[in-house]
Amino acid sequence: METTTNGQNGAPALPLYTKKDFESGVDPRWCPGCGDFSIINQVQKLLPTVGVPREKIVFISGIGCSSRFPYYMNNYGMHTLHGRAPSFASGLKVSRPDLMVWVITGDGDALAIGGNHFIHAMRRNMDIKLVMFNNRIYGLTKGQVSPTSELGKKTKTTPYGSPDYPFNPPALALGAGATFVARTVDVEGAHMGGVLKAAAEHKGSTYVEVYQNCPVFNDGAYTYMTEKAVRADSILRMEQGKPLLFGKDGKKGIRFNPQTVHLEVVTVGENGITEKDILVHDATHEDPTIAFMLANLTGKPGFPTPIGVFRDVRQPTCDELTWQQIAEVKEKKGEPTLEKLLASGETWTVK
Amino acid sequence: MSTPATPSDRKIEQVDTVTIRFVGDSGDGMQLTGTEFTKASALAGNDLATFPDYPAEIRAPAGSLFGVSGYQLNFSSRDIHTPGDAPDVLVAMNPAAFKTNLADLKVGGMLIVNTGAFNAQNLEKAGYKSNPLDDAALKQNYKVFAVDISALTEAALQGSGLSAKEIARCKNYFALGLMFWLYNRDAEHEIGNINKKFAKKPPIAAANVAVFKAGYNFGETSELFHASYEVPAAKLAPGVYRNMTGNYATALGFAAVARQTGRQVFLGSYPITPATEILQEMSNLKEDGVVTFQAEDEIAGIGSAIGAAFGGALACTSTSGPGLALKSEMIGLACITELPLVIVNVQRGGPSTGMPTKTEQADLLFSLYGRHGECPVPVLAAQSPADCFYSAMEAMKIAVKWMTPVILLTDGYLANGSEPFRIPDPSELPKVKVSYQTAANGEAGEFLPYKRDAKLVRPWAVPGTAGLEHRVGGLEKDSLSGMVSYDGANHEKMVRTRAQKVANVVEDVPDVKVSGPEKGKVLLLSWGGTYGSVRTTAEALQAEGKSVAHAHLRWLNPLPKNLGAVLRSYEKVVIPEVNAGQLAFYVRASFPGVDPVQFNRINGKPIKTFELAAAVRELL
Ligand SMILES: Cc1ncc(C[n+]2csc(CCOP(=O)(O)OP(=O)(O)O)c2C)c(N)n1
Ligand code: SF4
Repeated sequence: METTTNGQNGAPALPLYTKKDFESGVDPRWCPGCGDFSIINQVQKLLPTVGVPREKIVFISGIGCSSRFPYYMNNYGMHTLHGRAPSFASGLKVSRPDLMVWVITGDGDALAIGGNHFIHAMRRNMDIKLVMFNNRIYGLTKGQVSPTSELGKKTKTTPYGSPDYPFNPPALALGAGATFVARTVDVEGAHMGGVLKAAAEHKGSTYVEVYQNCPVFNDGAYTYMTEKAVRADSILRMEQGKPLLFGKDGKKGIRFNPQTVHLEVVTVGENGITEKDILVHDATHEDPTIAFMLANLTGKPGFPTPIGVFRDVRQPTCDELTWQQIAEVKEKKGEPTLEKLLASGETWTVK
Repeated sequence: MSTPATPSDRKIEQVDTVTIRFVGDSGDGMQLTGTEFTKASALAGNDLATFPDYPAEIRAPAGSLFGVSGYQLNFSSRDIHTPGDAPDVLVAMNPAAFKTNLADLKVGGMLIVNTGAFNAQNLEKAGYKSNPLDDAALKQNYKVFAVDISALTEAALQGSGLSAKEIARCKNYFALGLMFWLYNRDAEHEIGNINKKFAKKPPIAAANVAVFKAGYNFGETSELFHASYEVPAAKLAPGVYRNMTGNYATALGFAAVARQTGRQVFLGSYPITPATEILQEMSNLKEDGVVTFQAEDEIAGIGSAIGAAFGGALACTSTSGPGLALKSEMIGLACITELPLVIVNVQRGGPSTGMPTKTEQADLLFSLYGRHGECPVPVLAAQSPADCFYSAMEAMKIAVKWMTPVILLTDGYLANGSEPFRIPDPSELPKVKVSYQTAANGEAGEFLPYKRDAKLVRPWAVPGTAGLEHRVGGLEKDSLSGMVSYDGANHEKMVRTRAQKVANVVEDVPDVKVSGPEKGKVLLLSWGGTYGSVRTTAEALQAEGKSVAHAHLRWLNPLPKNLGAVLRSYEKVVIPEVNAGQLAFYVRASFPGVDPVQFNRINGKPIKTFELAAAVRELL
């Protein structure tokens, strides 16, 4: 038995998979134009490249439009309960560390009803890859306010505007201790592919936020940043080891101002600013402070929205630590037998 | 030790059964005193049963009425099933303990009180205007032994260099020493235990040994006691025994499954009184193939277990009432996905937080029906602390064999109570058989996760098995492919099939056995933790020549095949329960025409046999 419960050890050489191998043959039932299509497309393109046999990949989802995802994949999958996907994933991963476990969830699923499971999955550094489709609305239940809807947002349950402040999900994930935190956008296929690849390679709690358009209940939620005309100025593409530059001519940049202890937008070539002043992106910082500051630029007037990897830090995972402990205890106590187990503790004999 | 080398000239009286209750402040160490005395009684070969009764408050104010902690022990030279109705001996360490427990002491019983604690302050805290020990009636009703345990403990530790607080903490060992003398227990063995227990703190070990000896010697040398007592060994089945609480037994049962099958047992859980020890104990059995996961709440506890079950683990979750309520949506998911899982519910006083440290049997109907949709699951209940071991194994066996969640009910009384457990030979254990699907089962070489065998059980294919990739989930599924289906006819078929599958479990449910006459006036029908009380009552009434039989239900769903016929063989069926009548309700619904007489107590305690016996006598 040991780490696996099915007795399958030593996988044979991997077959050469194609994208088709990961399609279940069930046609997705999302509405035409839904951002979910582009996400599943990228995931199905990614999986042949991750070096894991198909039968060892598991997709677990909660409830919502996004959570129908596993039915369309040709892996092992579980469509579970609203908000609870991280709990199934955590149990499966601890029990079967040999598996690659993904969680597919929505903003309502992960952050409202599932908020508790979400933060705990992140803090434990369980090696699960959680991809949250953020459409800033409840899709499946047809258009109610979500924990990521903007303040003042009019929805079916907030006809006069939402009086709730939204979560900033990457900041929440960072605060909860996620060792990998990233954001991407449904309309940026190539970018999403890169982020998902990095997520697949990370070992530990992995949070990927995908800005996803829901054309039916929240159409155009991200056009303020994805429209061609504004894209360059409104998106900050974080790339490892590169200065955080953006803008049409790539001259705008993010500087850390030690006096105000804030991030600020500066322009290279103006006021004596050179490229050296621009913050160089390093997602591998143990300390998540800068990643948190970057996450907090989201929605801040005058700042671009960061996409890419905020944090990517390798720490022993909960599943690794669990099995390390089991190995140590076995080493110390020796292989037990059923007889020994039954007779442990103080005993006496009746003749 | 320095006990007089010559045997005492006082006589030793033989008695066959004794019930002792130790009561004191929660800080007085009564649970320790009780368990140590229990161990000694076990070593002396007595049959025994214990009932710890402790307050919900962790550190209740000293001397308060609600901070009283008790430990009752029944030990006997006969085969016994309960921790005893009422104590023959009450050891009360302070006025609050005295006040809250005196009424239970049998008239003529032995009362040992620590007079040193009966000071003005403690008397006031217990609400006494004057010292109740001065009441003349007390000496008429009971054999009173007034001992200044506090002062005697201090005297024994004079010059020990311990603080007053540390000294005060030793006084339970005085009481223990005294009881060891009174019941002729093996003092040397206990001294060894104390030294082992406090091995890391030699001064404390020495102090406790000194106080223990002082208590023992006090019994011997003071002229207070005219005799000491001996309870001969019981005629237990030969074998090696250990003493176990129900919670420990439950944990051990699951670990035994892991050892027996060589498969991983996975427990996902969240601490809740009185179920917590199951998680704690299993966390300590890592070398045995047990993986535990303390989740962020009860929902995640069962969720993690279902996830592990999907991965092929033998999964379980443990909880108590409020936690079971939280898990109900998840149990529905386990039911519709048809994954094996055991949910242990250690029942406690409810609703809501209710009486968390007190026992109750009020989750029966919730276990049977407390889910949305048509969601039948097998339900069984353990009958004694040691039986929790077999129940855990059996529950897992059924879950895996039938691919279904199974609810195992225990209760606070079983969980904390203990009794001797004869260590079985591995060949005597229930056999848990695990098999995973490894090949496609469809005509066209495809895998159909919901294609059933003749018993309606679906295959268990786990991740890592190439070619059997499939999805399970909470949406209704096609009866073969498991694909999402909104077809009404398919749904009806699936609902009925799931129900029929659970009904089929009856093939593994043994017929209910009757002890006593096969036909007659009264049948006592019990379930779960009241087994011992009801059994004892039935035996007492049978000894009086009354036409009374006893049947006990281990399986609540499905019910044993012969139950209807058994119930109809008696003029009256009496159902004693620690709830408002849940089994009675269920029996009325399941067997039209059978109208049981209810005997209900909802006071957080096991049923008292003399009360039940009196009620039954009135029916005869
Ligand atoms: C316990 C429970 N409560 C409520 C629901 C109803 N429900 C289903 S999906 C959903 C919200 C989904 O929103 P989101 O997570 O953002 O996913 P989307 O549909 O937008 O992808 C709700 C409230 C449910 N299925 N279960
Ligand atoms: S409702 Fe919105 S999120 Fe749901 S499928 Fe339709 S477009 Fe996609």
